Amino acid sequence: MTLDDLLNNTGEWIRCTGPVSDIVMSSRVRLARNLANYPFAHWASKKEQEAILAAAKESTLSVKKLKNSMFVEIGKLDPIDKQFLVERHLMSKEHMIDAENKGLCVGQDEIISIMINEEDHLRIQVMKSGFNLKEAWQIIDDMDTELGNLLDFAYSVDFGYLTACPTNAGTGMRASVMLHLPSLVMTKQIGKVLQAITKLGLTARGLYGEGTEASGNFFQISNQVSLGHKEEDIIDNIERIIKQIVDHEQSARETLLLQNREALEDRIWRAYGTLKSAHIITSTETIDLLSLVRLGVDLGVIKQSDRALINELFVITQPAHLQKMERKKLGPNQRDVKRAEIIREKLG
Amino acid sequence: MVCNICGKNQATVHLTEIIDEQITELHLCEECAQKKGAQMESHFGLSDLLAGLADLGTQFNKTKTDIKLKCPKCGLTYEDFKKVGRLGCGECYTTFKEALVPLLKRIHGSTQHCGKSPKKIARIVKARNELEVLKEKLQKSIQKEDFEEAAKLRDKIREIEKKSNK
Repeated sequence: MTLDDLLNNTGEWIRCTGPVSDIVMSSRVRLARNLANYPFAHWASKKEQEAILAAAKESTLSVKKLKNSMFVEIGKLDPIDKQFLVERHLMSKEHMIDAENKGLCVGQDEIISIMINEEDHLRIQVMKSGFNLKEAWQIIDDMDTELGNLLDFAYSVDFGYLTACPTNAGTGMRASVMLHLPSLVMTKQIGKVLQAITKLGLTARGLYGEGTEASGNFFQISNQVSLGHKEEDIIDNIERIIKQIVDHEQSARETLLLQNREALEDRIWRAYGTLKSAHIITSTETIDLLSLVRLGVDLGVIKQSDRALINELFVITQPAHLQKMERKKLGPNQRDVKRAEIIREKLG
Repeated sequence: MVCNICGKNQATVHLTEIIDEQITELHLCEECAQKKGAQMESHFGLSDLLAGLADLGTQFNKTKTDIKLKCPKCGLTYEDFKKVGRLGCGECYTTFKEALVPLLKRIHGSTQHCGKSPKKIARIVKARNELEVLKEKLQKSIQKEDFEEAAKLRDKIREIEKKSNK
Protein backbone atom coordinates (compact mmCIF):
# COMPACT_ATOMS: atom_id res chain seq x y z
CA MET A 1 0.00 0.00 0.00
CA THR A 2 1.31 3.47 -0.90
CA LEU A 3 0.11 7.04 -0.46
CA ASP A 4 -1.32 6.95 -3.98
CA ASP A 5 -3.35 3.87 -3.08
CA LEU A 6 -4.89 5.86 -0.26
CA LEU A 7 -5.77 8.63 -2.69
CA ASN A 8 -7.59 6.23 -4.98
CA ASN A 9 -9.58 4.60 -2.17
CA THR A 10 -11.81 5.79 0.62
CA GLY A 11 -11.42 4.86 4.27
CA GLU A 12 -14.06 2.75 5.97
CA TRP A 13 -15.46 5.71 7.92
CA ILE A 14 -16.15 7.69 4.75
CA ARG A 15 -18.47 5.02 3.40
CA CYS A 16 -21.07 5.69 6.11
CA THR A 17 -21.81 2.04 6.81
CA GLY A 18 -21.87 2.30 10.59
CA PRO A 19 -24.82 2.85 12.94
CA VAL A 20 -26.42 6.33 13.30
CA SER A 21 -24.20 7.64 10.50
CA ASP A 22 -26.66 10.43 9.71
CA ILE A 23 -25.43 12.28 12.79
CA VAL A 24 -22.30 10.44 13.93
CA MET A 25 -19.59 10.57 11.26
CA SER A 26 -17.04 8.38 12.98
CA SER A 27 -15.97 6.84 16.28
CA ARG A 28 -12.34 6.78 17.29
CA VAL A 29 -10.33 5.31 20.15
CA ARG A 30 -6.67 6.05 20.68
CA LEU A 31 -4.16 4.65 23.15
CA ALA A 32 -0.90 6.30 24.22
CA ARG A 33 1.94 3.87 24.93
CA ASN A 34 5.64 4.30 25.69
CA LEU A 35 8.56 1.91 25.74
CA ALA A 36 9.83 1.45 29.29
CA ASN A 37 13.53 1.58 28.44
CA TYR A 38 13.65 4.93 26.66
CA PRO A 39 12.98 8.57 27.55
CA PHE A 40 9.73 9.98 26.14
CA ALA A 41 10.01 11.08 22.50
CA HIS A 42 10.53 14.84 23.09
CA TRP A 43 13.24 14.15 25.71
CA ALA A 44 15.05 11.38 23.81
CA SER A 45 18.24 11.92 21.81
CA LYS A 46 18.21 11.48 18.03
CA LYS A 47 19.86 8.10 18.49
CA GLU A 48 17.26 6.97 21.01
CA GLN A 49 14.44 8.20 18.78
CA GLU A 50 15.92 6.15 15.96
CA ALA A 51 16.01 3.04 18.16
CA ILE A 52 12.40 3.63 19.29
CA LEU A 53 11.27 4.00 15.68
CA ALA A 54 13.04 0.77 14.68
CA ALA A 55 11.65 -1.25 17.61
CA ALA A 56 8.13 0.09 17.20
CA LYS A 57 8.19 -0.45 13.44
CA GLU A 58 9.28 -4.06 13.78
CA SER A 59 6.58 -4.86 16.35
CA THR A 60 3.73 -3.03 14.64
CA LEU A 61 4.42 -4.71 11.33
CA SER A 62 4.28 -8.14 12.98
CA VAL A 63 0.79 -7.55 14.44
CA LYS A 64 -1.80 -9.77 12.73
CA LYS A 65 -4.18 -6.98 11.82
CA LEU A 66 -1.38 -4.90 10.33
CA LYS A 67 -0.16 -7.36 7.75
CA ASN A 68 -0.18 -5.58 4.37
CA SER A 69 -0.17 -2.19 6.02
CA MET A 70 1.69 0.90 4.88
CA PHE A 71 4.65 2.26 6.81
CA VAL A 72 6.09 5.69 6.15
CA GLU A 73 8.82 7.75 7.76
CA ILE A 74 7.33 11.21 8.08
CA GLY A 75 10.71 12.93 7.78
CA LYS A 76 11.08 11.56 4.26
CA LEU A 77 7.74 12.94 3.01
CA ASP A 78 7.24 16.26 1.26
CA PRO A 79 4.96 18.85 2.92
CA ILE A 80 1.96 18.03 0.70
CA ASP A 81 2.08 14.34 1.61
CA LYS A 82 2.26 15.16 5.31
CA GLN A 83 -0.72 17.49 5.04
CA PHE A 84 -2.54 14.80 3.04
CA LEU A 85 -2.23 12.33 5.93
CA VAL A 86 -3.53 14.92 8.40
CA GLU A 87 -6.50 15.67 6.14
CA ARG A 88 -7.38 11.97 6.17
CA HIS A 89 -7.31 11.96 9.99
CA LEU A 90 -4.53 9.36 9.96
CA MET A 91 -2.15 11.55 11.95
CA SER A 92 -2.11 14.73 13.99
CA LYS A 93 -0.91 18.16 12.91
CA GLU A 94 1.74 17.91 15.61
CA HIS A 95 3.20 14.87 13.85
CA MET A 96 4.17 17.01 10.83
CA ILE A 97 6.56 19.22 12.80
CA ASP A 98 10.17 18.15 13.53
CA ALA A 99 9.42 15.02 11.56
CA GLU A 100 12.80 13.33 11.80
CA ASN A 101 12.47 9.81 13.27
CA LYS A 102 8.68 9.98 13.23
CA GLY A 103 6.78 7.12 11.66
CA LEU A 104 3.24 6.21 10.65
CA CYS A 105 1.67 2.84 10.05
CA VAL A 106 -1.70 2.66 8.28
CA GLY A 107 -3.73 -0.53 8.09
CA GLN A 108 -6.24 -1.79 5.55
CA ASP A 109 -9.29 0.43 4.99
CA GLU A 110 -7.64 3.14 7.12
CA ILE A 111 -9.28 1.76 10.26
CA ILE A 112 -6.02 1.41 12.19
CA SER A 113 -3.17 3.89 12.28
CA ILE A 114 -0.18 4.11 14.57
CA MET A 115 1.94 7.23 14.99
CA ILE A 116 5.45 6.61 16.25
CA ASN A 117 7.43 9.23 18.18
CA GLU A 118 4.59 11.72 18.38
CA GLU A 119 4.06 13.01 21.94
CA ASP A 120 4.26 9.38 23.07
CA HIS A 121 6.31 6.60 21.48
CA LEU A 122 3.16 4.97 20.15
CA ARG A 123 -0.18 6.58 19.51
CA ILE A 124 -2.47 3.79 18.35
CA GLN A 125 -5.75 4.83 16.71
CA VAL A 126 -8.78 2.88 15.53
CA MET A 127 -11.48 4.71 13.59
CA LYS A 128 -14.83 3.18 12.64
CA SER A 129 -17.76 4.50 10.66
CA GLY A 130 -20.78 5.83 12.58
CA PHE A 131 -21.53 5.40 16.28
CA ASN A 132 -19.39 2.38 17.07
CA LEU A 133 -17.01 3.01 19.96
CA LYS A 134 -17.39 -0.50 21.37
CA GLU A 135 -16.11 -2.19 18.24
CA ALA A 136 -13.30 0.35 17.92
CA TRP A 137 -12.32 -0.45 21.53
CA GLN A 138 -12.35 -4.18 20.88
CA ILE A 139 -10.05 -3.86 17.88
CA ILE A 140 -7.62 -1.56 19.67
CA ASP A 141 -7.68 -3.64 22.88
CA ASP A 142 -6.68 -6.80 21.01
CA MET A 143 -3.97 -5.03 19.10
CA ASP A 144 -2.58 -3.36 22.23
CA THR A 145 -2.46 -6.71 24.03
CA GLU A 146 -0.54 -8.18 21.12
CA LEU A 147 1.88 -5.25 21.05
CA GLY A 148 2.28 -5.44 24.83
CA ASN A 149 3.60 -8.98 24.47
CA LEU A 150 6.23 -7.78 22.02
CA LEU A 151 7.23 -4.50 23.66
CA ASP A 152 7.82 -3.50 27.29
CA PHE A 153 5.42 -0.63 27.92
CA ALA A 154 6.09 1.94 30.64
CA TYR A 155 3.55 1.08 33.32
CA SER A 156 3.10 1.54 37.04
CA VAL A 157 0.62 -0.22 39.28
CA ASP A 158 -0.50 3.16 40.68
CA PHE A 159 -0.55 5.39 37.60
CA GLY A 160 -1.18 2.81 34.87
CA TYR A 161 0.34 3.45 31.44
CA LEU A 162 2.88 6.25 31.80
CA THR A 163 2.65 9.03 29.24
CA ALA A 164 4.70 12.12 28.43
CA CYS A 165 1.83 14.35 29.50
CA PRO A 166 0.14 13.50 32.83
CA THR A 167 -3.25 14.32 31.25
CA ASN A 168 -3.05 11.00 29.37
CA ALA A 169 -1.73 8.76 32.16
CA GLY A 170 -3.66 5.72 33.39
CA THR A 171 -5.53 4.12 30.54
CA GLY A 172 -3.75 6.33 27.99
CA MET A 173 -7.09 6.29 26.24
CA ARG A 174 -9.00 8.99 24.46
CA ALA A 175 -12.31 7.91 22.92
CA SER A 176 -14.04 10.36 20.62
CA VAL A 177 -16.90 10.71 18.19
CA MET A 178 -17.27 13.17 15.32
CA LEU A 179 -20.76 14.60 15.33
CA HIS A 180 -22.56 16.59 12.65
CA LEU A 181 -24.94 18.91 14.50
CA PRO A 182 -26.31 21.48 12.03
CA SER A 183 -29.75 21.71 13.63
CA LEU A 184 -28.44 22.32 17.12
CA VAL A 185 -26.31 25.13 15.63
CA MET A 186 -29.25 26.60 13.66
CA THR A 187 -31.56 26.51 16.67
CA LYS A 188 -28.77 28.02 18.80
CA GLN A 189 -28.81 25.21 21.33
CA ILE A 190 -25.24 24.09 20.67
CA GLY A 191 -23.71 26.41 23.27
CA LYS A 192 -25.77 24.86 26.01
CA VAL A 193 -24.99 21.33 24.85
CA LEU A 194 -21.25 21.97 24.77
CA GLN A 195 -21.39 23.63 28.17
CA ALA A 196 -23.25 20.66 29.63
CA ILE A 197 -20.83 18.05 28.32
CA THR A 198 -17.81 19.73 29.92
CA LYS A 199 -19.55 19.33 33.26
CA LEU A 200 -19.84 15.61 32.53
CA GLY A 201 -16.11 15.13 32.02
CA LEU A 202 -16.16 15.39 28.22
CA THR A 203 -14.61 17.97 25.94
CA ALA A 204 -15.47 19.27 22.45
CA ARG A 205 -12.99 20.10 19.73
CA GLY A 206 -13.00 20.98 16.02
CA LEU A 207 -12.47 18.78 12.99
CA TYR A 208 -8.76 18.09 13.46
CA GLY A 209 -8.54 17.68 17.22
CA GLU A 210 -6.76 19.80 19.77
CA GLY A 211 -6.60 23.51 19.04
CA THR A 212 -8.77 23.45 15.92
CA GLU A 213 -11.96 25.41 15.44
CA ALA A 214 -15.33 23.87 14.83
CA SER A 215 -16.35 24.24 11.19
CA GLY A 216 -19.11 22.85 9.03
CA ASN A 217 -21.11 22.12 12.20
CA PHE A 218 -18.74 19.28 13.09
CA PHE A 219 -17.82 18.65 16.70
CA GLN A 220 -15.39 16.09 18.03
CA ILE A 221 -16.35 15.03 21.52
CA SER A 222 -14.05 13.03 23.76
CA ASN A 223 -13.31 12.03 27.35
CA GLN A 224 -11.13 14.33 29.43
CA VAL A 225 -10.20 11.95 32.19
CA SER A 226 -7.99 8.92 31.55
CA LEU A 227 -7.01 7.83 35.08
CA GLY A 228 -9.17 6.18 37.73
CA HIS A 229 -11.79 4.54 35.52
CA LYS A 230 -11.86 1.32 33.52
CA GLU A 231 -11.68 1.72 29.74
CA GLU A 232 -15.09 0.13 29.27
CA ASP A 233 -16.65 2.51 31.80
CA ILE A 234 -15.17 5.57 30.09
CA ILE A 235 -16.60 4.39 26.76
CA ASP A 236 -19.94 3.60 28.34
CA ASN A 237 -20.15 7.09 29.80
CA ILE A 238 -19.40 8.76 26.45
CA GLU A 239 -21.88 6.55 24.62
CA ARG A 240 -24.64 7.47 27.01
CA ILE A 241 -24.02 11.19 26.66
CA ILE A 242 -23.62 11.02 22.89
CA LYS A 243 -26.93 9.19 22.61
CA GLN A 244 -28.62 12.12 24.30
CA ILE A 245 -26.93 14.66 22.01
CA VAL A 246 -28.01 12.58 19.00
CA ASP A 247 -31.60 12.63 20.28
CA HIS A 248 -31.44 16.41 20.72
CA GLU A 249 -30.13 16.88 17.19
CA GLN A 250 -32.83 14.62 15.83
CA SER A 251 -35.63 16.50 17.55
CA ALA A 252 -34.12 19.84 16.50
CA ARG A 253 -34.21 18.57 12.90
CA GLU A 254 -37.86 17.63 13.28
CA THR A 255 -38.71 20.99 14.81
CA LEU A 256 -36.98 22.85 12.00
CA LEU A 257 -38.89 20.84 9.40
CA LEU A 258 -42.17 21.41 11.18
CA GLN A 259 -41.85 25.10 11.86
CA ASN A 260 -39.66 26.31 9.06
CA ARG A 261 -39.72 23.77 6.28
CA GLU A 262 -39.62 26.20 3.35
CA ALA A 263 -36.81 28.31 4.75
CA LEU A 264 -34.77 25.20 5.57
CA GLU A 265 -35.33 23.59 2.18
CA ASP A 266 -34.45 26.87 0.52
CA ARG A 267 -31.11 27.01 2.33
CA ILE A 268 -30.37 23.38 1.48
CA TRP A 269 -31.21 23.72 -2.22
CA ARG A 270 -29.30 26.99 -2.52
CA ALA A 271 -26.26 25.27 -1.04
CA TYR A 272 -26.65 22.38 -3.47
CA GLY A 273 -27.10 24.81 -6.35
CA THR A 274 -23.99 26.77 -5.47
CA LEU A 275 -21.88 23.62 -5.19
CA LYS A 276 -23.19 22.35 -8.52
CA SER A 277 -22.47 25.54 -10.40
CA ALA A 278 -19.61 27.40 -8.73
CA HIS A 279 -16.37 27.85 -10.70
CA ILE A 280 -14.34 29.21 -7.81
CA ILE A 281 -14.88 28.03 -4.24
CA THR A 282 -12.83 28.23 -1.02
CA SER A 283 -12.50 25.32 1.40
CA THR A 284 -14.41 27.16 4.15
CA GLU A 285 -17.36 27.81 1.84
CA THR A 286 -17.23 24.21 0.65
CA ILE A 287 -17.41 22.80 4.18
CA ASP A 288 -20.32 25.07 5.12
CA LEU A 289 -22.31 24.22 1.99
CA LEU A 290 -21.55 20.50 2.15
CA SER A 291 -22.80 20.51 5.74
CA LEU A 292 -26.16 21.86 4.54
CA VAL A 293 -26.32 19.37 1.66
CA ARG A 294 -25.55 16.53 4.06
CA LEU A 295 -28.44 17.68 6.22
CA GLY A 296 -30.58 17.75 3.06
CA VAL A 297 -29.64 14.15 2.28
CA ASP A 298 -30.29 13.07 5.88
CA LEU A 299 -33.75 14.66 5.82
CA GLY A 300 -34.63 13.16 2.47
CA VAL A 301 -34.89 16.62 0.89
CA ILE A 302 -32.10 15.86 -1.56
CA LYS A 303 -32.43 12.43 -3.15
CA GLN A 304 -29.93 12.91 -5.98
CA SER A 305 -26.93 12.37 -3.73
CA ASP A 306 -25.85 10.12 -0.90
CA ARG A 307 -23.97 10.52 2.36
CA ALA A 308 -20.91 8.56 1.25
CA LEU A 309 -20.43 10.91 -1.71
CA ILE A 310 -20.79 14.00 0.50
CA ASN A 311 -18.29 12.54 2.97
CA GLU A 312 -15.88 11.85 0.15
CA LEU A 313 -16.23 15.45 -1.04
CA PHE A 314 -15.40 16.73 2.46
CA VAL A 315 -12.14 14.81 2.27
CA ILE A 316 -11.00 15.21 -1.33
CA THR A 317 -11.67 18.96 -1.58
CA GLN A 318 -9.02 19.71 1.05
CA PRO A 319 -5.85 21.49 -0.14
CA ALA A 320 -3.35 18.60 -0.05
CA HIS A 321 -5.86 16.20 -1.64
CA LEU A 322 -6.39 18.57 -4.56
CA GLN A 323 -2.65 18.92 -5.05
CA LYS A 324 -2.08 15.16 -4.84
CA MET A 325 -4.76 14.61 -7.48
CA GLU A 326 -3.20 17.22 -9.77
CA ARG A 327 0.28 15.89 -8.97
CA LYS A 328 1.65 19.41 -8.56
CA LYS A 329 1.75 22.33 -6.17
CA LEU A 330 -1.25 24.64 -6.54
CA GLY A 331 -1.62 28.15 -5.12
CA PRO A 332 -4.78 29.04 -3.17
CA ASN A 333 -6.50 30.57 -6.25
CA GLN A 334 -5.71 27.58 -8.43
CA ARG A 335 -7.02 25.27 -5.69
CA ASP A 336 -10.32 27.16 -5.52
CA VAL A 337 -10.82 26.61 -9.25
CA LYS A 338 -9.82 22.93 -9.10
CA ARG A 339 -12.03 22.37 -6.06
CA ALA A 340 -15.09 23.80 -7.83
CA GLU A 341 -14.33 21.64 -10.87
CA ILE A 342 -14.17 18.43 -8.85
CA ILE A 343 -17.36 19.20 -6.94
CA ARG A 344 -19.27 19.92 -10.18
CA GLU A 345 -17.97 16.71 -11.67
CA LYS A 346 -18.86 14.58 -8.63
CA LEU A 347 -22.33 16.06 -8.15
CA GLY A 348 -22.97 15.55 -11.84
CA MET B 1 3.58 51.52 10.92
CA VAL B 2 -0.17 51.13 10.39
CA CYS B 3 -2.26 48.18 11.60
CA ASN B 4 -2.44 45.25 9.13
CA ILE B 5 -6.11 44.64 9.83
CA CYS B 6 -7.86 48.01 9.98
CA GLY B 7 -5.19 49.94 8.07
CA LYS B 8 -6.01 53.05 10.10
CA ASN B 9 -4.46 53.06 13.55
CA GLN B 10 -0.83 52.93 14.59
CA ALA B 11 0.39 49.34 15.07
CA THR B 12 1.61 48.78 18.60
CA VAL B 13 1.32 44.99 18.90
CA HIS B 14 3.58 42.71 16.88
CA LEU B 15 2.65 39.07 16.49
CA THR B 16 4.39 36.10 14.89
CA GLU B 17 2.13 33.21 13.95
CA ILE B 18 3.29 29.83 12.73
CA ILE B 19 0.66 27.89 10.82
CA ASP B 20 1.52 24.77 8.84
CA GLU B 21 5.21 25.63 8.96
CA GLN B 22 4.50 29.05 7.44
CA ILE B 23 5.51 32.08 9.43
CA THR B 24 3.39 35.20 9.20
CA GLU B 25 4.10 38.45 10.97
CA LEU B 26 1.27 40.70 12.00
CA HIS B 27 1.46 44.30 13.12
CA LEU B 28 -1.73 45.36 14.84
CA CYS B 29 -3.29 48.27 16.67
CA GLU B 30 -4.54 47.80 20.24
CA GLU B 31 -8.16 47.33 19.16
CA CYS B 32 -7.55 44.76 16.41
CA ALA B 33 -5.06 42.91 18.61
CA GLN B 34 -7.74 42.43 21.20
CA LYS B 35 -10.11 40.95 18.60
CA LYS B 36 -7.31 38.75 17.34
CA GLY B 37 -6.60 37.74 20.92
CA ALA B 38 -10.00 36.14 21.16
CA GLN B 39 -9.17 33.98 18.14
CA MET B 40 -5.81 33.10 19.57
CA GLU B 41 -7.18 31.62 22.75
CA SER B 42 -7.83 28.36 20.97
CA HIS B 43 -4.14 28.17 20.02
CA PHE B 44 -3.15 28.42 23.65
CA GLY B 45 -1.82 24.91 24.10
CA LEU B 46 -2.60 22.36 26.74
CA SER B 47 1.03 22.20 27.77
CA ASP B 48 1.02 25.91 28.69
CA LEU B 49 -2.01 25.34 30.82
CA LEU B 50 -0.54 22.27 32.44
CA ALA B 51 2.75 23.99 33.10
CA GLY B 52 0.79 26.67 34.92
CA LEU B 53 -1.14 24.09 36.86
CA ALA B 54 2.02 22.28 37.85
CA ASP B 55 3.18 25.47 39.46
CA LEU B 56 0.04 26.18 41.45
CA GLY B 57 -1.39 24.80 44.62
CA THR B 58 0.71 21.67 44.83
CA GLN B 59 2.00 20.88 48.26
CA PHE B 60 5.41 20.40 46.75
CA ASN B 61 7.88 22.22 48.97
CA LYS B 62 9.66 24.71 46.87
CA THR B 63 12.98 24.56 48.63
CA LYS B 64 16.02 24.80 46.44
CA THR B 65 16.73 21.09 46.57
CA ASP B 66 13.23 20.22 45.40
CA ILE B 67 13.38 22.55 42.44
CA LYS B 68 16.70 21.04 41.55
CA LEU B 69 15.33 17.51 42.00
CA LYS B 70 16.43 15.62 38.93
CA CYS B 71 15.18 12.32 37.52
CA PRO B 72 18.10 9.89 37.94
CA LYS B 73 17.14 8.05 34.75
CA CYS B 74 16.59 10.84 32.21
CA GLY B 75 17.95 13.98 33.86
CA LEU B 76 14.72 16.01 33.64
CA THR B 77 14.21 18.50 36.48
CA TYR B 78 10.84 19.63 37.85
CA GLU B 79 11.66 23.07 36.44
CA ASP B 80 11.96 21.47 32.99
CA PHE B 81 8.56 19.84 33.43
CA LYS B 82 7.02 23.15 34.41
CA LYS B 83 8.47 24.73 31.29
CA VAL B 84 7.38 22.13 28.72
CA GLY B 85 4.44 20.46 30.49
CA ARG B 86 5.82 17.03 29.65
CA LEU B 87 7.75 14.51 31.66
CA GLY B 88 11.03 12.96 30.53
CA CYS B 89 10.49 9.25 31.08
CA GLY B 90 8.45 6.69 33.01
CA GLU B 91 10.79 6.98 35.99
CA CYS B 92 9.84 10.68 36.34
CA TYR B 93 6.51 9.53 37.76
CA THR B 94 8.43 8.03 40.71
CA THR B 95 10.96 10.86 41.02
CA PHE B 96 8.32 13.61 41.11
CA LYS B 97 5.60 11.53 42.72
CA GLU B 98 5.10 13.99 45.56
CA ALA B 99 4.31 16.80 43.13
CA LEU B 100 2.52 14.69 40.55
CA VAL B 101 -0.03 13.12 42.88
CA PRO B 102 -1.87 16.40 43.59
CA LEU B 103 -1.58 17.34 39.91
CA LEU B 104 -3.07 14.02 38.74
CA LYS B 105 -5.80 14.37 41.34
CA ARG B 106 -6.63 17.81 39.94
CA ILE B 107 -6.70 16.60 36.33
CA HIS B 108 -8.36 13.21 36.72
CA GLY B 109 -10.01 13.37 40.13
CA SER B 110 -8.12 10.19 40.96
CA THR B 111 -4.58 8.92 41.45
CA GLN B 112 -5.16 5.19 41.14
CA HIS B 113 -5.29 3.37 37.81
CA CYS B 114 -7.89 0.63 37.67
CA GLY B 115 -8.02 -0.22 33.97
CA LYS B 116 -6.10 -2.53 31.70
CA SER B 117 -2.54 -3.63 32.42
CA PRO B 118 0.02 -5.32 30.16
CA LYS B 119 -0.20 -9.11 30.40
CA LYS B 120 3.42 -9.35 31.56
CA ILE B 121 2.74 -6.96 34.44
CA ALA B 122 -0.60 -8.58 35.23
CA ARG B 123 1.24 -11.87 35.75
CA ILE B 124 3.80 -10.26 38.08
CA VAL B 125 1.08 -8.49 40.07
CA LYS B 126 -0.91 -11.70 40.33
CA ALA B 127 2.13 -13.62 41.56
CA ARG B 128 2.89 -10.88 44.08
CA ASN B 129 -0.65 -10.95 45.43
CA GLU B 130 -0.57 -14.73 45.60
CA LEU B 131 2.68 -14.59 47.59
CA GLU B 132 1.24 -12.12 50.07
CA VAL B 133 -1.75 -14.36 50.73
CA LEU B 134 0.48 -17.41 51.20
CA LYS B 135 2.85 -15.56 53.55
CA GLU B 136 -0.10 -14.47 55.67
CA LYS B 137 -1.36 -18.05 55.84
CA LEU B 138 2.14 -19.19 56.80
CA GLN B 139 2.26 -16.74 59.72
CA LYS B 140 -1.12 -17.95 60.94
CA SER B 141 -0.19 -21.63 60.75
CA ILE B 142 3.04 -20.93 62.66
CA GLN B 143 1.02 -19.14 65.33
CA LYS B 144 -1.32 -22.12 65.50
CA GLU B 145 1.74 -24.37 65.63
CA ASP B 146 0.45 -26.33 62.64
CA PHE B 147 3.98 -27.04 61.40
CA GLU B 148 2.98 -29.58 58.79
CA GLU B 149 0.82 -26.96 57.04
CA ALA B 150 3.55 -24.35 57.54
CA ALA B 151 6.11 -26.53 55.80
CA LYS B 152 3.78 -27.04 52.86
CA LEU B 153 3.18 -23.31 52.57
CA ARG B 154 6.89 -22.55 52.86
CA ASP B 155 7.64 -24.89 49.95
CA LYS B 156 4.92 -23.31 47.84
CA ILE B 157 6.28 -19.82 48.53
CA ARG B 158 9.80 -20.90 47.62
CA GLU B 159 8.53 -22.38 44.39
CA ILE B 160 6.74 -19.20 43.34
CA GLU B 161 9.70 -17.03 44.29
CA LYS B 162 12.01 -19.25 42.29
CA LYS B 163 9.72 -18.94 39.26
CA SER B 164 9.39 -15.17 39.43
CA ASN B 165 13.14 -14.73 39.83
CA LYS B 166 13.78 -16.50 36.57
